[in-house]
Amino acid sequence: MTLLEVRELTKRFGGLVATDGVSFSLGAGEILGLIGPNGAGKTTLFNCVAGAFAPTRGEIRLEGEAIGGLPPERVAALGVARTFQIVRIFRSLTVVENVMVGAMLREKGIAAAERIALDTLAFTGLERSAGDPASLLTVAEQKRLEVARALATRPRLLLLDEVMAGLTPSEVGEAVDLVRRIRARGIACIVVEHVMEGIMPLADRILVLDRGRKIAEGTPAAVAADPAVIEAYLGDGGRAPGP
Amino acid sequence: MSRLPSRRRLLAIAAAAVVASLLPLVVKAPAAQNTAILMLMTAQLGVAWNLLGGYAGQVSLGHAAFFGCGAYVSTFLLLRLGLSPWLGMAAGAVAAAALSMVIGWPCFRLRGHYFAMATIAVGEIVQAVVANWDALGGAVGLYLPVAEAGWRGLVWNTTKLPYYYVALGLLVLTLLVSAAVVRSHVGYYLRAIKDEPDAARSLGVSLTRYKLVAIALSSALTAAGGTLYAQKELYIDPGSVLPTALSIKVALVAILGGVSTLSGPIVGAVVLTAIEEGSRRAFGGTGRGTDLVIYGLLIIAVAVFRPAGILGILERRRHLAARGEEPRPAPAAGGQGT
Repeated sequence: MTLLEVRELTKRFGGLVATDGVSFSLGAGEILGLIGPNGAGKTTLFNCVAGAFAPTRGEIRLEGEAIGGLPPERVAALGVARTFQIVRIFRSLTVVENVMVGAMLREKGIAAAERIALDTLAFTGLERSAGDPASLLTVAEQKRLEVARALATRPRLLLLDEVMAGLTPSEVGEAVDLVRRIRARGIACIVVEHVMEGIMPLADRILVLDRGRKIAEGTPAAVAADPAVIEAYLGDGGRAPGP
Repeated sequence: MSRLPSRRRLLAIAAAAVVASLLPLVVKAPAAQNTAILMLMTAQLGVAWNLLGGYAGQVSLGHAAFFGCGAYVSTFLLLRLGLSPWLGMAAGAVAAAALSMVIGWPCFRLRGHYFAMATIAVGEIVQAVVANWDALGGAVGLYLPVAEAGWRGLVWNTTKLPYYYVALGLLVLTLLVSAAVVRSHVGYYLRAIKDEPDAARSLGVSLTRYKLVAIALSSALTAAGGTLYAQKELYIDPGSVLPTALSIKVALVAILGGVSTLSGPIVGAVVLTAIEEGSRRAFGGTGRGTDLVIYGLLIIAVAVFRPAGILGILERRRHLAARGEEPRPAPAAGGQGT
């Protein structure tokens, strides 16, 4: 069953075409990797789906309902949650309070929201820090807190923007494990990632963007062997994505 | 948020209530009583401002417009229709809430300093409009009738003491409303909006809706304080109830005391009012502005050394004591308060 359908999505900023006619679809519970060199338009595409940007052209449908151009709070209410590339936790709140703000989308009562938040913290392995000020967490923990906060909104689709950037190899392993457990709950994920050892074993399918266009789509192995993908990475002075 | 254990906290609140209600029976000098009334009225305005400026982080420098709205609406209705000031207070609060939402709708599109600047402009505009509005007495102002003294008319002539209890009641009401908001999901949302508005939106929080809730409540409570002022002074004009200096003072009270606590503005109000009255007594007419100089120095000191305000300093000491650490020197300017 198709959960998300993106058709001919274009987003311009003045003369710059950040995303140029990109189409893809995503099934319920599927993990889609979104990769590409810097400036490929990954985050722009991501922000269009999350409602942060209104698309210039094209359609975004969530279970058939058009969500392109809706404000982020409406998109969130319809079941799309996200994290941010640069963490945006609520620094003056405690860890559990951060997650409660997410839980309150479905449950306005304080006690009930706190119960959901504590469950979600246990799921993400942050339960021991529940009462601590969120600003005291390490970067890896802050990224996990953003995931917990997003999960507490009970999404159908979770958008993860570089949750593995800057993590140690063992932390990347934990993050991969967490995303797998999220999918096991039936939540589909779009994972924007530069960390190839994180995304390659995780994604069911990978979509490669370069300069706003889709240049490849397929299984991680097929994408890694694709000459156009290798060209895009090496052409930018980067390295080919390896599994 | 204060993290005192709830029993100790209840005891502290009960003790504060007893001291506050018995204070005028001990302190009988009219001048001292008047200072105490000013402290309560200033504290009430600071607590009301704090809902919007502190918890939601939308720094308003135009709250005098709402204060004046309360004073003018109740006074106008009293003079024209003979309406009881109690009903006038409610009418003023409703009018201020409506005015605030009209102002908030466009101004909330602005973030940070731009919002604060827009509220200064709104305050100035309201002041200019009222100063040229004949039905409201223009620049001359309005005199309230010296009616029969008593609770019904909210007027007393020979003693100021009842005003003390009205101000105390209004402060308690404002604290109760604020506490109810802060403990509800609205309070969590306001703090989230203050910290990271985009993240709050991504979690389904409508920024406009919750900022409007905050400004409506904050301005309604501020207007109630305006009505009390009019009933106490029995004379209002744009210079006394609408000046930008008043807007700034209300914000200072909250910022000095500590913006992320319910009781911070009370501490700020006591300190600022004491400075104001003290310098007035010490320097008289020649020292005009001395209190403002001291305010300014205090604000600089708070901004540089302790962005969390006076209560933030105490809170931090308690935290450190609980962990068995010595308080360390303040972080450098611009450091994040935790």
